Amino acid sequence: MNMARVISVRDLHFQYDDGTIALAGVDFELAAGETVAVFGANGSGKTTFVLHLNGLLEGRGAIEVCGLPVRKDTLQQIRQKVGIVFQDPDDQLFMPSVLEDVAFGPLNLGLSPDQAAARARSALEKVEMIESQNKAPYHLSAGQKKRVAIAGVLAMDPEILVLDEPTTFLDPPGQRALVKLLGDLPQAKLIVTHDVELARSLAGRAVFFQKGRIAGQGPTERIIEQFHWSQEEYKAC
Amino acid sequence: MQHVVLERWSRGSSFLHQRDPRVKILALLIFLIVVATTGPNFELAGICYVAMLVAGVIAGRLPMAGVLRRAAVVLPISLTFAAISWISGEPRRAVLLMEKSYLSAWATLLLVSTTPLPQLLRGLEMLGAPGFLLMVAQFLYRYLFVIAEQAHRMRIAGLSRGGKFRPSGGFRAAARAVGVLFVRSYERAGGIHRAMISRGFEGRFRLLSQPRFGASDAAFVCVAAAPPLLAALLTRIWA
Repeated sequence: MNMARVISVRDLHFQYDDGTIALAGVDFELAAGETVAVFGANGSGKTTFVLHLNGLLEGRGAIEVCGLPVRKDTLQQIRQKVGIVFQDPDDQLFMPSVLEDVAFGPLNLGLSPDQAAARARSALEKVEMIESQNKAPYHLSAGQKKRVAIAGVLAMDPEILVLDEPTTFLDPPGQRALVKLLGDLPQAKLIVTHDVELARSLAGRAVFFQKGRIAGQGPTERIIEQFHWSQEEYKAC
Repeated sequence: MQHVVLERWSRGSSFLHQRDPRVKILALLIFLIVVATTGPNFELAGICYVAMLVAGVIAGRLPMAGVLRRAAVVLPISLTFAAISWISGEPRRAVLLMEKSYLSAWATLLLVSTTPLPQLLRGLEMLGAPGFLLMVAQFLYRYLFVIAEQAHRMRIAGLSRGGKFRPSGGFRAAARAVGVLFVRSYERAGGIHRAMISRGFEGRFRLLSQPRFGASDAAFVCVAAAPPLLAALLTRIWA
């Protein structure tokens, strides 16, 4: 199957101000409509890597998103194409009402208030949160906040969704609902997670980060076995 | 929390809620100037001001007792200055100070209880207030909750390990806790900033609804401004 590449990363390096080398030569590709899980131990460079995909961090190397190089002059277009859902929804929800928060991105894209409100309502319907549109975000449960945070990104109509630990703070029913929601979305997805079951449910391919490099990539099940990343191994302990 | 109640009130649909925020801000400004500049013969004018504020609470469909109680939050601050005036041999001035500060707090509360914060900030921006200052105000308001939750979690974590959060615990422990809270809030601010720019934020807030100035707003500002101005004028003539 020959699918168009939506993300292409070549030899990406990044070092934090304190001298920590977070990325040491990452090569990666993502095809349109594909879902890839990103595994790796804490501090292996996963989150640093995804923050490069819409220019939030600037490393050494080449990144292209839908054929556009990630540069200062393309950042606004790139940020419309790559929607990042952060681990803690409280970082993302800052407007006084759910509707205003979801409309924040479309308004920044230059849409009129009416168009932005229509986009926001449509995104809230997709995540089944339209009933809460007039509520204040801090009155929502953790699962609801996560849904609204996803709606805030969907309202920008991105071609790629990047989700950083999407099941954090969610109870099992909330996790199941999230899997169903993500499975129904047509965008290419990159899911940074420790949740093996989530990856099994959604991702056909996985990459494994180790010391700032991709140490292995391939079908999700093979990567889980290769790096002993399954929670089922608890039972053997 | 105090601001949760105010926010719930501000999301009402009364006549006062529906007015353009700019006219409400202007009416408040006129009211505050008139109250502050009313002379020592305050009784007649004071009755008029109280009547106006009572009418405002009724028009805004707000709970009277709740409004009166919350307006009293200003009294401990003005009490200090009133006490100084009293000790200096000016008891009349001390009483006036308390009366004026309470009425001013009541009027301000009426504005924030009938205007959602984004609209209030938008109204201030349209009247020429600095945008950067207003942005800081908006963030401060929103993240009070996050910081309060953070402080609550730290307190629970401390209590669960045998910590005692009492005034007798000393300033040292309190200062450490505030320091940690500051660092955590700073980290949170970094996360918020990343989330904002990843959704295309370029330094200016855009709102879904823009205030619209209508005939009823013009009538409102006239009706709201006339009584205090008239009362102040009569007081001066009377004096």
